[in-house]
Amino acid sequence: MTVQGKSGAIQVTGEVLGLRRAGEYHVLTLTAPGIAELTRPGHFVALAVGGPESSMLLRRAFSIYSVQSRGVYGGTLEIVFATHGKGTEFLSRLHRHDTIDIVGPLGRPFALPKEPVSCVLVAGGYGSAPMFSLADALRARGCRVDVVLGASTESKLFGVLDAKRIAASLTITTDDGTIGEKGRVTDVLPAVMDRVEAEVIYACGPMPMLRNVAKIAVERGAYSQCAVEEAMACGIGVCMSCVLPVIGDDGVTRMLRSCVDGPVFRGDRVRWDDVGTIPEGTLGAPVSGGH
Amino acid sequence: MTRAVITHGPRPDERDIVPDIDMSTWLAGLELPSPVMTASGCAGYGRELDQFFDIASIGAVVTKSIMLNPRSGRPTPRMAETPSGMLNSIGLQGPGVDTFVERDLEWLRQRGARAVVSIAGGSVDEYTRIASKLRHVSDIAAIEVNISCPNVENRGLVFACDAGAAADVVHAVRRNTNPGIPVLAKLSPDVTDIVTIAKSVVDAGADGLSMINTLLGMVIDPDTMRPSLAGVTGGLSGPAIRPVAVRCVYQVHAAMPDVPIVGMGGIRTGIDALEFVLAGASAVSVGTVIFNDPGAPARITRELAVALAERGFDSFTDAVGFAHRDPSVPASGGPVATHAGDAVADRDDELDAGVEG
Repeated sequence: MTVQGKSGAIQVTGEVLGLRRAGEYHVLTLTAPGIAELTRPGHFVALAVGGPESSMLLRRAFSIYSVQSRGVYGGTLEIVFATHGKGTEFLSRLHRHDTIDIVGPLGRPFALPKEPVSCVLVAGGYGSAPMFSLADALRARGCRVDVVLGASTESKLFGVLDAKRIAASLTITTDDGTIGEKGRVTDVLPAVMDRVEAEVIYACGPMPMLRNVAKIAVERGAYSQCAVEEAMACGIGVCMSCVLPVIGDDGVTRMLRSCVDGPVFRGDRVRWDDVGTIPEGTLGAPVSGGH
Repeated sequence: MTRAVITHGPRPDERDIVPDIDMSTWLAGLELPSPVMTASGCAGYGRELDQFFDIASIGAVVTKSIMLNPRSGRPTPRMAETPSGMLNSIGLQGPGVDTFVERDLEWLRQRGARAVVSIAGGSVDEYTRIASKLRHVSDIAAIEVNISCPNVENRGLVFACDAGAAADVVHAVRRNTNPGIPVLAKLSPDVTDIVTIAKSVVDAGADGLSMINTLLGMVIDPDTMRPSLAGVTGGLSGPAIRPVAVRCVYQVHAAMPDVPIVGMGGIRTGIDALEFVLAGASAVSVGTVIFNDPGAPARITRELAVALAERGFDSFTDAVGFAHRDPSVPASGGPVATHAGDAVADRDDELDAGVEG
């Protein structure tokens, strides 16, 4: 596997080129000169919300759905979001030509296999956003790409048409059975993996999904790359909000920052069952009680 | 003395030309080329921010508080957004002083940045041991003693909330630190009378004061109906606390005008920084705004220079404590008192930049 070198992030003023609905989600297209050109699959951007006098100080982090590094507007990128708070409500009310402060590209992108192996991409909800540029990159390396998308209901799936275009096979699950198989992505993943003899699993979605995907990958001897969705305040590595317990090469568990050490982690290295805690034995953990 | 003409038009951050003002300042024998520093805990050890501006160009990097040993910090969630602010319960996560000196301080040194090293401990003994380890480390601009972090094991034992305990820590650090390096004590606003605490730590050997640390706060999630933070309570920071911080700086400067103060608490713009300077701060730290705008330290430095020039100051130090001066007595080395009215007009114009004054 090769991990793309960490390139520096920049801060730019982007301009809104478009905002469209996609099921229950919004797709925001922004100019992002200098960011789009550096973006690799799995990178994310952090947006300031509410304008320069905003009472909302914390940046909102979004994985990058697509980038266009050339064109009429120069570098542009697209993000996908659901409105579930004041910050995303602000984004949903943006208009063409509004400006927004963007920092990116941030984080460590997906590691890509050196060999043309069989890969399964698994995503829950709009966690699929980074998967399509990843699929392009994998296919460019000669990898077979199969996709599993899941959501609670049909309108909360994102990118079904993209997936059909790009994947050797697409399997859909919904909790309510409105489309595809009724159930969770992890219900169908083992069969898909066995059918395509998958060697690498790429996943993005909620923590419980990632935990189960990582477990299934380990059971089948596959390598997994999981992009986590952790709450962040800054996105650039200075606030220490977005930590989770990850086992290092030396076997020691450390509280790593999702924003700069992730958001993509090896699935077998994250202590999924201990997310939200400081597990015993973590470097610097309290001997008893909490800090 | 010449009075600058207050110009109307673009906001300071949109101006390309930074006025020719002497921005250097002094903190207890330490000369800084710029009065704007980062606030501890909001800038890591400087490396991440160097992507966004030249980290060596600002007054100093105040590093995240370092403890004797590696520290995991608290469980997540560690952060909650609040109106014009945020609550944090990080719990002083860090690599421990040895790794910090070898890796992070060394990076700052090679980068040519000034480092104010923030230290924290759970006991007087821990502060003593950290100070001793730093005693022979070169290239430390100052030590900031964090005696006011609310995210400690025993929240009832914040040193800065007790004059005696605060003095004990500062005395131990001062005695074990290189005498040539200023020791700044970082104070908590969560006290009955901050002047009492300030006098106590100055008597114990603090060369200067950093004010203020966060205020202890709490958020309850209306959906889960439980505290939002894993640590239950956390430190409130951001513009929401700025008036509290300005008040603390003003009160302490009034009581001890010769003690240098680093002012901090919700600074978002150069005008905000100016408030602290007028209240008596010889330097300022910017913290939470960095999460919103990683380029903020450099931007605020430019904005502060513009704000000073607009008010007729030739040098930064002339503005320190200006709010304490008798408005009926014309001051030397600064703008005339009637200028204050123009300054108010300027702020109104910012709200409506289209109106000609």
